Amino acid sequence: MKLKSRHLLGLEGLAAEEITLILDTAESFREIIERPIKKVPTLRGVTILNLFYEPSTRTRISFELAEKRLSADTISFSKSMSSVKKGESLKDTVRNIEALKINMIVIRHSSSGAPYLLTRCTDSNIINAGDGRHEHPTQALLDLFTIRRKYKKLKGLRVVLVGDVKHSRVVRSNIWGLKAMGASVALCAPSTLLPYEVDKFGVDVYTNVEEAIDGADVVNIMRIQLERQQAGLFPSQREYTNLFGITKERLKLLNKNFTIMHPGPMNRGIEITSEVADGKSSVILEQVTNGQAIRMAVLYLLSGKKEETE
Amino acid sequence: MAKAKYDLVIKGGRVVDPELGFGSEAYIFIADGKISEISKETAAIRKKVAALPAEKVIDATGKLVTPGLIDMHVHLREPGREDKETVTTGCQAAAAGGFTSVCCMPNTSPAIDNQEAVKFVLSRAEYADARVYVIGAITKGLKGEELAEIGDLVKTGAVAISDDGNYVQNPEIMRRALEYAGMFKIPIITHAEDQYLCADGVMNESYEGSRLGLKGRPAVGEVIAVLRDIKLCQFVGGRLHVAHVSTAGAVAAIREAKKEGIKVTAEVAPHHFSLTDEEIGKEFNTNLRVNPPLRTQKDVEAVVEALVDGTIDCIASDHAPHSEEEKDVEFDMAPPGMIGLETTLGLVKTRLIDKGYLSWGDAVRKMTYNPARILGLPGGKLEVGAAADITVIDPDKKWTVRKEKFRSKSKNSPFIGWKLSAKVAYTILGGRVVYKG
Repeated sequence: MKLKSRHLLGLEGLAAEEITLILDTAESFREIIERPIKKVPTLRGVTILNLFYEPSTRTRISFELAEKRLSADTISFSKSMSSVKKGESLKDTVRNIEALKINMIVIRHSSSGAPYLLTRCTDSNIINAGDGRHEHPTQALLDLFTIRRKYKKLKGLRVVLVGDVKHSRVVRSNIWGLKAMGASVALCAPSTLLPYEVDKFGVDVYTNVEEAIDGADVVNIMRIQLERQQAGLFPSQREYTNLFGITKERLKLLNKNFTIMHPGPMNRGIEITSEVADGKSSVILEQVTNGQAIRMAVLYLLSGKKEETE
Repeated sequence: MAKAKYDLVIKGGRVVDPELGFGSEAYIFIADGKISEISKETAAIRKKVAALPAEKVIDATGKLVTPGLIDMHVHLREPGREDKETVTTGCQAAAAGGFTSVCCMPNTSPAIDNQEAVKFVLSRAEYADARVYVIGAITKGLKGEELAEIGDLVKTGAVAISDDGNYVQNPEIMRRALEYAGMFKIPIITHAEDQYLCADGVMNESYEGSRLGLKGRPAVGEVIAVLRDIKLCQFVGGRLHVAHVSTAGAVAAIREAKKEGIKVTAEVAPHHFSLTDEEIGKEFNTNLRVNPPLRTQKDVEAVVEALVDGTIDCIASDHAPHSEEEKDVEFDMAPPGMIGLETTLGLVKTRLIDKGYLSWGDAVRKMTYNPARILGLPGGKLEVGAAADITVIDPDKKWTVRKEKFRSKSKNSPFIGWKLSAKVAYTILGGRVVYKG
């Protein structure tokens, strides 16, 4: 079994076997990062560019560390400290850096579809580390990995994604990944934070959080941004918290052995209370650790993959 | 226009003309830039043609001969963005697409919102390969705040006014514009997309947009904008023309308004009957970014139906050239618009005529006669004594759209690689062959 594409642009269209391959591969890397010496020579001689056009803490550190632990050579680039400020286009920036002989590019960008542009103007393997509101495949993969490690399966589990569904790339990638793996998926958000024609995603949709999480196994909570309130999408954070916040009270509706997830960064006291975030069912920090294993697996599986192997 | 005398005869083509009818074979004689005679084949005619030198005779046997096509919605980018297109290159593209007349929109830099700007564009067009008619701005700088000097614009030659690219968001300004333009008997062309509902949107608001995470320009933004302008037109009079209708809802509103006798006309662009928003997700091709955006299959069906039943009067390209460097960026950073002059005829044939929606007669009417009547332009029919603006079309010739073949200075077409039917054989402007296929 191999991945079909030489890039990881999104989870939409990925087959269950491909996702399983990534998760299985991540298991072995998960074991490596528990070792006292966490470095393997797998990607020695491979040069990876981390192209971060948008601020990021955990995804960026996670990728950088994953690359280093695989012995790759890495360069990190952030928009604020580069020629982008001088008006250089994404295409020129990448082509210039690629002229220094790069093998793989990890890109985070605020424009949906930006990684597709890179596949057209470079020869490197492209990994999407979050593009606009489109996809964030490694985040969803680490979510799937975390769930699978706990329940030993994904099929048949009820997973609810609560929060700003409309603007969330994490939600979109989770929908495709979870559906491919046979989980039952539900979305929950104020109707103004649901994307248009959300019913066509083929998942259950709720605007009442209690109905949404009733009988669920996993609740994955998305961040609510203050800008959304300013844009008039909901009246106040207070009202949001009252209607949609995940509180200890509401946890009673979940199945026994439930799991609380959050991709971070959290707004404690808004979409999630500290009690829930730090409770024994929370795997929020485990997600971060697992993210590293997933990124190592993705880098490993894509490295050296050429066009003709597609 | 060139001063030299060109004698030409177009022999044996099937004439497609809104007034002469369809399909009869005829000889069209051209003298001094004008049509001097239209005749059926007779022994005398044959003899007369045989006496002419071969280079004066265009053999149009098996081809269609139509009035020179008129594109009432193009962007020539001059003044200001001559890197994308100039009047000269835009008219070369027009000629290659079979158009002998184009109407250029005023969203240039600076905008065509005053006499001098109109004069400038007309002066650039003097020796071009197509006739250029100028559409002036509704408001100064296309800002939607103060009326432009519409009287002056008309006096200098503007045939209509439009803030194309922007909706005149303030209903009070639009009301005054309709009233004022009514004095000069010119239509107002509305780019109907509510600026609040469509703010920052880059594609249709639909499942496709939701899936791709691109901000939407909802169909309702067009519907509301069209309805408001129709109601204003009904209230104060004047004439309204709706540019590039893209939604089923706007079609329904226009159909209803026409029934009520409101003076509204409409056009559709080829991409809105040829493409849907489902194309975008394949690779985020920025040549698919356009305002109004590509819509759903249901909308495509509605605009086609509206072409068939006459709700939509015209087909216009909305030719919008953009440089490669501006388009070769992230999808939401690319400017909206695509070129269209050189692919419109092929798309009309392939997507409308071949599928049985329109006859050649209908199609030619929507690309000549109707725009000419709406804007009060000469042309749109073949007439003895009129300027010899004629398009000769090879109706079933198959061809592939190639980037390197475009005469437009810009190449931003999503139709590159498409196989189309119907190709321009000759474009004749005032008796002069400006394009030979």
